[in-house]
Amino acid sequence: MADVIWTTLKLASLTTLLLLVLATPLAWWLARQKVWWKEIIAALAALPIVLPPTVLGFYLLLLLAPSSPMMELLRPFGIQSLAFTFPGLLIGSMVYSLPFAVQPIRNGFEAMGDRPMEVAATLRATPLNAFFTVAVPQARRGFLTAAVLVFAHTVGEFGVVLMIGGGIPGQTEVISVKLYQLVESLQFGEAHRLAAGLLVFSFVVLLTMFLTERRARKTAP
Amino acid sequence: MSGVTNQGGVQAEFDGLLGRFRLKVSLTIPPKGITALVGPSGAGKTSLLRAIAGLTRLPGRVLMDGAVWQEGRRFVPVHKRALGMVFQESSLLNHLSVKDNLLFGYRRSTEPKTMGLDEIVPLLGLEPLIGRSTDNLSGGERQRVALGRALLSQPRLLLMDEPLSSLDAESRAEILPFLEALHRTLSIPVLYVSHDAEEVARLADHVVTLNAGQIVGTLQRATPDPLSPLSADQIRDLARQALEAGIKPNPAAR
Repeated sequence: MADVIWTTLKLASLTTLLLLVLATPLAWWLARQKVWWKEIIAALAALPIVLPPTVLGFYLLLLLAPSSPMMELLRPFGIQSLAFTFPGLLIGSMVYSLPFAVQPIRNGFEAMGDRPMEVAATLRATPLNAFFTVAVPQARRGFLTAAVLVFAHTVGEFGVVLMIGGGIPGQTEVISVKLYQLVESLQFGEAHRLAAGLLVFSFVVLLTMFLTERRARKTAP
Repeated sequence: MSGVTNQGGVQAEFDGLLGRFRLKVSLTIPPKGITALVGPSGAGKTSLLRAIAGLTRLPGRVLMDGAVWQEGRRFVPVHKRALGMVFQESSLLNHLSVKDNLLFGYRRSTEPKTMGLDEIVPLLGLEPLIGRSTDNLSGGERQRVALGRALLSQPRLLLMDEPLSSLDAESRAEILPFLEALHRTLSIPVLYVSHDAEEVARLADHVVTLNAGQIVGTLQRATPDPLSPLSADQIRDLARQALEAGIKPNPAAR
């Protein structure tokens, strides 16, 4: 049981961390660009919200399987396949939760408007310096929302992890998959413990986010 | 306060389109004193200010003390121009305290530090605000902080875009004396956009009138000494003329 929880938390934490880093430039670009076709990119990045997780899982599985073109490229580095491995699961989780990171961060950057960056420029801040010392702190609520949503979404995902991870104990078996297996084998007592634990955890995460947002709203209009 | 003294002032020429609006101006800002930029709304005052700052890119030329800020393909980015800008509405960075706002440009400026907190804080009456966050400041207080912040970035040109227009009469009356004090101590050129006759009369040494994207009048005050009481009436008259010229373009002023 402990290794299932550990795998889940490790997956959710790494997904959150990596996704925040990777989604930020995309969110910034989407928030600042004026061209209409940026919405094509935005729609592509939002696809995982509407796609059934199994569809996403299926394509990701093809992509991570030994015969895929991407794996051919990685073969010289000694990587044969990422399907049914933890790194593969991590990639899948990141794709699956991408919109939950991009959207709140983009909103945060858009809500800030152009003015703070202009002010920073007139005060000698280079664009990069202004990004880190003005844009990121100004959009902090967007980052907080993104982090909480991605983390919770990853903990709660089922279809994608089952398709890509395969539920290998100690490697890719996470709480939601374990729960399914417990119910299938009629171990309701164990299933109850996991399900209730996840329920309480999710509630605490959301409550923490709302309370933090409330405090952030009070200190910054 | 020993401000930077300039010989050249600013030469700015632009001829370009902003949407369907054409800005076509050639402007010289004297190296010292306040140059008021007046004219009806929509005349292009803010656009001109932004173009000089480099916030808006228009075809043209900008020379600052003889150094090129813009010429042909050369375009010095905003953050490399030693200028201070005070925007129309409050533009304090709300994730920073008043003190960190004041020091934002000071810490990043590479110009010799001729103005420090020790001078700017008393000059603008910021003592009671320095330890506070930017929340709950009045409009006048916010603009004073914004002005102090611009000055602390060690500008060689100060651009002010109707800094008082978003304030009520009370805040305006509160901040004007600070601007006058500044006028006496500052030795850099100031371009001050305004459509308020009283402000122009109290502050301006030179008045430039803009209408429909073109300069329709330039008036210099008679004496170069900004303190001379003799010229106060003259300035007031000049300002009135300029404002009238802006609102109803006067062919004689061209």
